[in-house]
Amino acid sequence: MAKVFTTENFQEEVINSEKLVLVDFSANWCGPCQMIGSVIEELAEELEGKVSVGKVNVDENQELAQKYSVMSIPTIIVFKNGKQTGKVLGAVGKDQLLELISKA
Amino acid sequence: MHDLIIVGAGPAGLSASIYASRYGIDHLIIGESMGGTIAWAHKVDNFPGLPGLTGGELAQKIADHAKSLGVEIKAKEVSKIEKTDGGFSLTTSDGESFETRAVIIATGTRRRELGVRGEKTFAGKGVSYCTTCDAPFFKGKIVAVVGGANAACSGVVHISDFAKQVFLLYRKSNLRAEKAWIDELKKKDNVEILYETNVSEIKGSDKVERIILDKDYNGKKELEVDGVFIEIGGVPAAALIKELRVECDEAGYVKTDEKMKTNIKGIFSAGDINSTNREFQQVVVACSEGAIASFSAYNFLKK
Repeated sequence: MAKVFTTENFQEEVINSEKLVLVDFSANWCGPCQMIGSVIEELAEELEGKVSVGKVNVDENQELAQKYSVMSIPTIIVFKNGKQTGKVLGAVGKDQLLELISKA
Repeated sequence: MHDLIIVGAGPAGLSASIYASRYGIDHLIIGESMGGTIAWAHKVDNFPGLPGLTGGELAQKIADHAKSLGVEIKAKEVSKIEKTDGGFSLTTSDGESFETRAVIIATGTRRRELGVRGEKTFAGKGVSYCTTCDAPFFKGKIVAVVGGANAACSGVVHISDFAKQVFLLYRKSNLRAEKAWIDELKKKDNVEILYETNVSEIKGSDKVERIILDKDYNGKKELEVDGVFIEIGGVPAAALIKELRVECDEAGYVKTDEKMKTNIKGIFSAGDINSTNREFQQVVVACSEGAIASFSAYNFLKK
């Protein structure tokens, strides 16, 4: 299952993570976020143990959305050693997300 | 080898799948954008029997229905379709191949871009193609919405609940949205409509700060805004079928007969990508065409 990242656990779970981390910035009221949600869940399952996959609810974690300049959702950011290595906007397909991970 | 592959996971493709499952056709859906364009709508009030849902909720209901009948949906992009001896071979952008006897094309449209300077630079930095998704980021701000059909007008109604001021910029002199949306829009006191006005450039530093108009507004061509929402419809996602020589109209929409058959035997087409719907891209139409396409595929396959 996809993890839940929050302002409280972001440093530990994302920035300090030894694994690659894929973060889906989204919200419940956004249709495309719901649509990409099932793809995010699939990735979390398939990449378990290799890549940490999780979501940030931008409603509840506005500071994080601001910090990473998220003004459009869904926005998916990949982090490696605490740094952003790639970012895509919109409800993209699974292959684009895998490409983002492979490029990291 | 499958009997049928449906390319596209919006209302047309999902409805085609519901019918294909019930006809017992061995099939698969391949579509990178689950739910299709309707998932972007903040409210859909014209789908029979289910008024008041968000586009995302409606898309989810149709997807859940299709999935409950057992179809496998691959969230991938099909990059190539080739004719083979027994039917067609489909290749996804990550290199996986699928063989099938028949294909339903239901790839819909891709969002049309304005094509002005600054649009790409500020995408996700104030430029948005989804009012439903991004309106809450503009609480108390000034935004421009570009367009004049249902997506633009319903988008204005939605975003005017968040933004301090909304400018609706339309290139023509009469909005072409449903009257119900125009009536609702006109009740809003923080909305101003600028007719026969186009955006020629989007400017800013880290994010959008202003747009340049092609005619004066209050004596200036510059309008200060924090966000620009582009809701000007779509272009057909038909690149995929060019090599197959599926017949399209001058704008690239697929030509079909009333049974959703294209000029290529074994290739059917449904939904927003079809030429007949160019002026009327509605979920109810996409669903019905998906059903008809499936019925035609069923008749084709049993021969």
